[in-house]
Amino acid sequence: MTSTDQQAFLSVRDLKVHFSTEDGIVKAVDGLSFDLEKGKTLGIVGESGSGKSVTNLTILGLHDRHRTAIDGEILLDGKELTTARESELEKLRGNKMAMIFQDALASLSPYHTIGKQIGETYRKHTGASKSEARKRAIEMLRRVGIPQPDMRVDDYPHQFSGGMRQRAMIAMALVCDPELLIADEPTTALDVTVQAQIMDLLKDLQQEFGTAIIFITHDLGVIADIADDVLVMYGGRCVERGTKEEVLRTPQHPYTVGLLSSMPSLDGPVDVPLSPIPGSPPSLLNPPSGCRFHPRCAFAEKVPGGLCSTERPLLKVEAGRGSACHLTLDQRQEFFADLAATRH
Amino acid sequence: MSNTKPLLDVTGLTKHFPVKGGFPIRRTVGAVQAVDGLDFQVNEGEALGLVGESGCGKSTTGRLITRLLEPTGGKISYRGQDITHAGRKELAPVRSEIQMIFQDPYASLNPRQTVGKIISGPMEINDINPEGGREKRVRELLEIVGLNPEHYNRFPHEFSGGQRQRIGVARALALEPKLIVADEPVSALDVSIQAQVVNLLQKVQQELGIAFVFIAHDLAVVRHFSQRVAVMYLGKIVEIADRDDLYGNPRHPYTKALLSAVPEATVDETPARERIRLQGDVPSPLNPPSGCRFRTRCWKATEKCATEAPPLVQVEGNKPGHLTACHYPETEGTVPTPRLSKDPEVAA
Amino acid sequence: MFRFLVRRVLGALVILLIISAVTFFLFYAIPRDPARMACGKVCPDDLLAQVRQNLGIADPMPVQYWHWLQAIFVGRDYVGVGHCDAPCFGYSFSNNVNVFDTIMERLPTTISLAIGGAFFFLLIGVGTGMLAALKQGKFLDKAASSFSLIGSSMQIYFVGYIAMFFLVSQLHLLDQPSYTPFTENPGAWFSGLLLPWLVLSIIFTANYTRMTRSQLVEQLSEDYVRTARAKGLSRSSVFFRFAWRGAMGPIVTIFGIDMGTLIGGAIITESTFSIQGLGALAVRSVDDSDLPMLLGVTMIAAAGIVFANIIVDAVYALIDPRIRLA
Repeated sequence: MTSTDQQAFLSVRDLKVHFSTEDGIVKAVDGLSFDLEKGKTLGIVGESGSGKSVTNLTILGLHDRHRTAIDGEILLDGKELTTARESELEKLRGNKMAMIFQDALASLSPYHTIGKQIGETYRKHTGASKSEARKRAIEMLRRVGIPQPDMRVDDYPHQFSGGMRQRAMIAMALVCDPELLIADEPTTALDVTVQAQIMDLLKDLQQEFGTAIIFITHDLGVIADIADDVLVMYGGRCVERGTKEEVLRTPQHPYTVGLLSSMPSLDGPVDVPLSPIPGSPPSLLNPPSGCRFHPRCAFAEKVPGGLCSTERPLLKVEAGRGSACHLTLDQRQEFFADLAATRH
Repeated sequence: MSNTKPLLDVTGLTKHFPVKGGFPIRRTVGAVQAVDGLDFQVNEGEALGLVGESGCGKSTTGRLITRLLEPTGGKISYRGQDITHAGRKELAPVRSEIQMIFQDPYASLNPRQTVGKIISGPMEINDINPEGGREKRVRELLEIVGLNPEHYNRFPHEFSGGQRQRIGVARALALEPKLIVADEPVSALDVSIQAQVVNLLQKVQQELGIAFVFIAHDLAVVRHFSQRVAVMYLGKIVEIADRDDLYGNPRHPYTKALLSAVPEATVDETPARERIRLQGDVPSPLNPPSGCRFRTRCWKATEKCATEAPPLVQVEGNKPGHLTACHYPETEGTVPTPRLSKDPEVAA
Repeated sequence: MFRFLVRRVLGALVILLIISAVTFFLFYAIPRDPARMACGKVCPDDLLAQVRQNLGIADPMPVQYWHWLQAIFVGRDYVGVGHCDAPCFGYSFSNNVNVFDTIMERLPTTISLAIGGAFFFLLIGVGTGMLAALKQGKFLDKAASSFSLIGSSMQIYFVGYIAMFFLVSQLHLLDQPSYTPFTENPGAWFSGLLLPWLVLSIIFTANYTRMTRSQLVEQLSEDYVRTARAKGLSRSSVFFRFAWRGAMGPIVTIFGIDMGTLIGGAIITESTFSIQGLGALAVRSVDDSDLPMLLGVTMIAAAGIVFANIIVDAVYALIDPRIRLA
């Protein structure tokens, strides 16, 4: 443990990421805070435009620096990343923190062999020779479960199947034993049986190396399988957080409740319609005032004084558990009880 | 099923895509066996779900039924009429009764046409003039799919993804079809929007009595939508049954594995299903395994599976209509004894 | 790769055969009689028939074409002239010179023009495009875009004459354009062609600047470039090793087409600078209804384009491993 104070391994404090576009300022992330310890997995749930991917690109410093204004703190092992120089970030990326992406085919270079792409990261950060890097690449491919790694190392990504490409991507991210792994929808493009393999692999590797993982997904089922803690994002803000058990068993935010009740399941009732959330996710160019979920929220009228449309509900966190909603806890218990009953 | 004639009757349906190669003269050297001998029926007003992983041939099947692709073999009958190789003219009246909804709500609508033009397009092509005019009908359709009829003159880019998929549904409804083939209609949508579209399709199916072939990889969505479900693997149907039988009593090892791989948003101590982890990937349809195509990933496979393709039949213990293509069907409640998987991970 | 080349070369030969046949028969669709032109103003019928016989155009058209085709592989005997060795493209109708020899004589001029021009427009075009992509949205990018727009709106005969007037006649900075064989005097070869090269590059550069810029900008937004950055690679190594690799394909494609066209003869460039290359020869042979010469030049031009295309496809496969040649 390097830090002497109470500082978490990764600590994000009041992060704001704003892009300037031709149409105006996009508030992609608007005041986000969370902590992550080594060996733990934080699941970030959200739909398109919730700011979940932007948050993580910002941690790695991969955002477009000319167009993006960043405010707040990102502390990795006590080191401030938002103000770090590009050359310092380059030393951390792929080394101390690594990322895997959703579309492995598009995210691997079509022009270089798998082995070269894995070895390249290793050489960059360790100064290893070409043959050492190749050996390491083969070892990594073996570790992620690619059969005949010493032959497949010279293949190009298009010669791999979808699941193998994602394994290769994981091998590449883990080649320097990073302490933080950010996985951005790594299984969304995969078939369920392959998805299950990849999630098992990530869990095994985490157990072996004690990596801290941020797992971004829109699928609460995946969260239930892999995460320790959950952060639910909506419109660039965190609306609810807690342990996986807390969030999935007793959701406190109407959005989380809506997500859960709109998902069909394998054993719920089938003869009743699903309960979707009405409307569409908000535009971050011109987000709704007050609580960003209020135009789609079934309970906004239950809050007196139209508070939901005028005042941003604060995220009150106690021992890692919290939600940002104007409803009182009693109200929530009453309203959400019916919904939980109709879960599909 | 009952003795009434099915709306759609598919027997031995096959589609092989030729692979060119050879030297010096290029010729057909092989075939991708995308779909290989499918038998299934769809009754009037019934929703049949078609599930399977990528490359199993479910989308190709959809395209064959709608005759966007020419079958290599087998027979497709629509209301008793053989449409397997029907020509354009013969097909025209059938085409208006079989419609399709596509996955990508962004790519499947012409960006240069107004919503009104898109939805009335099928009526124009088929020279159909509904009472009160096409515009009135389009406005009705917009209302049915939950869009504002005032949006008649807007363009697709002015709508969100979910709304665009509603436009696609309205277009499919324009000709009052008897059968709609929906190819992954919700998989490109956000979770909160998926439910909206599923509900819409269900309303359409129930209120208008339209039969559906619902193609999707999401087993939970298929379960919610379909009365009967067929599971495909490498171009073949491995199991077909009524919804409750298929999800409650899966007999094919692949069906069982597939169901067990679906992550569920619950944190219960005892999961409803045992976890089975399939190893490896789906083999290439260019050179599928002999005998049972699933055998290379199956923990029960024996010599017999390699030499003998299991027929799709009502195996012992199945209810009528529940067909399984397996030599060693699962029995209810058996704990699988995985042999191929190195780490069975049977969760406690 | 070998199979690909064999297949494509065979295909190319078929294409060339078709082109020669089409050119041949189209020629006779023009209401002009080469015999009458060769014979002069006063021409009695028996003399005309004789000329016709000598030119080899007395036979029916398909027979003539067959003779022409045969001559390429086995040579041909001409009445009163003697044997013409294979590859024989016949003798010019207008001045009786051997077509193949004339083309071979002119070819180095055209190739010099093409290769030198290509060197400059590739260097300037791709270089500017890369700078523009690196400095997206900045002054340099905008300036490059403007210049490339101006350049592509120019015509060779306009820029060429103006450049000649100022740079050669007024300021005496460059030599009068002329062709000296490289083997004879490399210095003169260079200085004589420098102006045409630069003028050619002004016209062609624009395409390459725009293409390079747009390709690089597109590649830089690709997911795999982001992955490379996420691995900790520096901006510059990502730019050169990843984005540039992806951008090369389309650039090679238009370069191949341009080179093919230039080898066929930069007709306007050659006539602007009075350089005697294949382009000038082509123009004259059309004017003179000189069938053998016209066919010869057409075949060279067609071969240039067809083979440039094969090379492009082969190079493309070398750049992008996803492309399988078959």
